[in-house]
Amino acid sequence: MKVLVPVKRVIDANIKVRVKADNSGVETANVKMAMNPFCEIAVEEAVRMKEAGTVEEVIAVTAGPSQCQESLRTALAMGADRAIMIETDEVLEPLGVAKLLKAVVDNEGPGMVIMGKQAIDGDNNQTGQMLSALLGWSQGAFTSKIEVAGDSVNIVREVDAGLQSLTLKMPAVVTVDLRLNEPRYASLPNIMKAKKKPMDTTTPADLGVDITPRVNVISVGEPPAREAGVIVPDVATLVDKLRNEAKVIS
Amino acid sequence: MDFGLNDEHRMIVESVRSFVEEELYPHEEEVEATDHARPELIEQIKQKSLEMGFYAANMPESLGGGGLDTVSLTLLERELGRASFALQYAVARPSNILQACTGDQIENYLLPTIRGEKVDCLAMTEPGAGSDVRSMKCKAEKDGDDYVINGIKHFISHADVADYVILFAATGEEETPRGPKKLITTFLVDMGTPGFEVKTGYKSVSHRGYHNSVLEFDNCRVPASQVLGEADHGFDVANEWLGATRLSVAAMCVGRAQRAFEIATEWAATRVQFGKPIGKNQGVSFKLADMAIDIEAAELLTLKAAWKLDQGTAVDQDFAMAKVAATEMLARVSDEAIQILGGMGLMADLPLERIWRDARVERIWDGTSEIQRHIISRSLLRPFES
Ligand SMILES: Cc1cc2nc3c(=O)[nH]c(=O)nc-3n(C[C@H](O)[C@H](O)[C@H](O)COP(=O)(O)OP(=O)(O)OC[C@H]3O[C@@H](n4cnc5c(N)ncnc54)[C@H](O)[C@@H]3O)c2cc1C
Repeated sequence: MKVLVPVKRVIDANIKVRVKADNSGVETANVKMAMNPFCEIAVEEAVRMKEAGTVEEVIAVTAGPSQCQESLRTALAMGADRAIMIETDEVLEPLGVAKLLKAVVDNEGPGMVIMGKQAIDGDNNQTGQMLSALLGWSQGAFTSKIEVAGDSVNIVREVDAGLQSLTLKMPAVVTVDLRLNEPRYASLPNIMKAKKKPMDTTTPADLGVDITPRVNVISVGEPPAREAGVIVPDVATLVDKLRNEAKVIS
Repeated sequence: MDFGLNDEHRMIVESVRSFVEEELYPHEEEVEATDHARPELIEQIKQKSLEMGFYAANMPESLGGGGLDTVSLTLLERELGRASFALQYAVARPSNILQACTGDQIENYLLPTIRGEKVDCLAMTEPGAGSDVRSMKCKAEKDGDDYVINGIKHFISHADVADYVILFAATGEEETPRGPKKLITTFLVDMGTPGFEVKTGYKSVSHRGYHNSVLEFDNCRVPASQVLGEADHGFDVANEWLGATRLSVAAMCVGRAQRAFEIATEWAATRVQFGKPIGKNQGVSFKLADMAIDIEAAELLTLKAAWKLDQGTAVDQDFAMAKVAATEMLARVSDEAIQILGGMGLMADLPLERIWRDARVERIWDGTSEIQRHIISRSLLRPFES
């Protein structure tokens, strides 16, 4: 089985994000970028499946400007076998990305797509779900465990009420959560090998996909600063405040 | 001109940084507190670095090393340099001079050292011969097929944990127009060879847990097959292979300075006195600006020298400039970092006081700042000599 792993280049998780002065977006000039942490977890999982023998080939794919090749190289150094770069300078929205990924799936025929549950920049949490709908494949989002068993895959999902165990029919789109694994850092020999692994480049037009944005961003701003909390003297005051001020209990 | 890092460089930096933060930082306090790097700990770091391919990254791929070009290696050294010296040393970069091994020496010394089965150390300095290393008194006299070694070496780093020493000893004298000159030969001498003793060295202010030793040779007999390179040409062998050691010193200083700078910057931004972060005072923020300039300049000189070595155009003065710039920069930056933190900067709870102490040796070993300036100025004035 082939596994497709979409990855995204985002602002490094350790960087404090700043809004641009004209409120058109966030500042990315001269800012450290990295692979989205959830994508790293997805790559790690796919590579582990390959190491365990359940998967023959791991293909990493990304869409965006040419600098996004960086994330593909990182995926290759972590152990992916080859990469596909969908080059575009257009704004990409989840639906556009899902359509691009569907086109890649149609070309490559993977048995499974493993991807991050969301990217830490837009926090959209949509692409995986949209992709499974476009493909008509099973969907398992927010997984903390993935076990392929023949024609199906057993997953554990992290949901509000706790953990949900499901068996999905293959083929499937699975999105991964934080606790699935701890991604490796690439070893020196693998970094050197990554240079020689194949990377194909294509474009949305080549894939026959229209990625015209459907959402118009009016303004991007900082979230309001949180107001300082209060320390209450006793439980009675707390209950009173919860009942009469916050109105969260009756 | 291209000052950018390529994908490999970027990934090497990311991987080594993660390794340093996860495998080395957590043990720094222990090493500082005890002045001892436990063998089990060193073994654990060594194994992990072997797995990651960082061990012997300086050695060619064909010999089982990392096969890094000098720029990549310099970035790796920079990142390792952030951590305690004793801990980063567990990720050995065996002396390049071992590449001069021939015949059985390859199987007995070079390859096991790259595989992490043996540890090398290198001995030139003597109580009476420091900067003027050619004045060494330790001598090796030919006796049949053997050499008999007598003399003392001191300040020899990590000889306490090494399996053998790359030893420089005088094997004669030649007449030159400027007077008699000692001939030097390089030997590989195993620890435990009769007549060779490793004694505890001095206690140093820098690099806790990383010790120096005194080596004593008393009629120590080694076969001629232990000569590394050509007999009587020890300094040619050294000149061919050891120049880049200064680049590694420079790179580690840059990494250590960057770590100190990051701590100082965060402190300046968050420490509030007189109702505002101290970094809002130019008295503090201009220090940061000067430190940033200082670090950047030293890093550029270091990477440029590395790049020139890769291009095959590096000369001795490139390494000398990088070493002086980076080691003296580290002294200034670590001192100012402590000033920005105030009292807290001196406390062992943060790595700053260690970085400040550790900075001191860098201007001395691998050729003092004065000797580096001598190398630079000599090549500046040479064209005017008649
Ligand atoms: C912790 C530590 C570890 C070491 N590890 C090793 C090792 O593993 N192997 C090894 O062989 N050596 C090692 N050394 C030795 C190191 O390389 C020497 O300390 C260094 O070369 C300087 O020699 P010295 O200390 O004898 O100083 P000296 O040569 O006595 O110099 C004293 C001062 O005089 C100055 N000076 C000397 N000559 C001149 C000149 N011509 N012009 C201007 N100024 C001059 C020097 O710059 C210095 O400031 C180590 C040293 C230390 C401190």
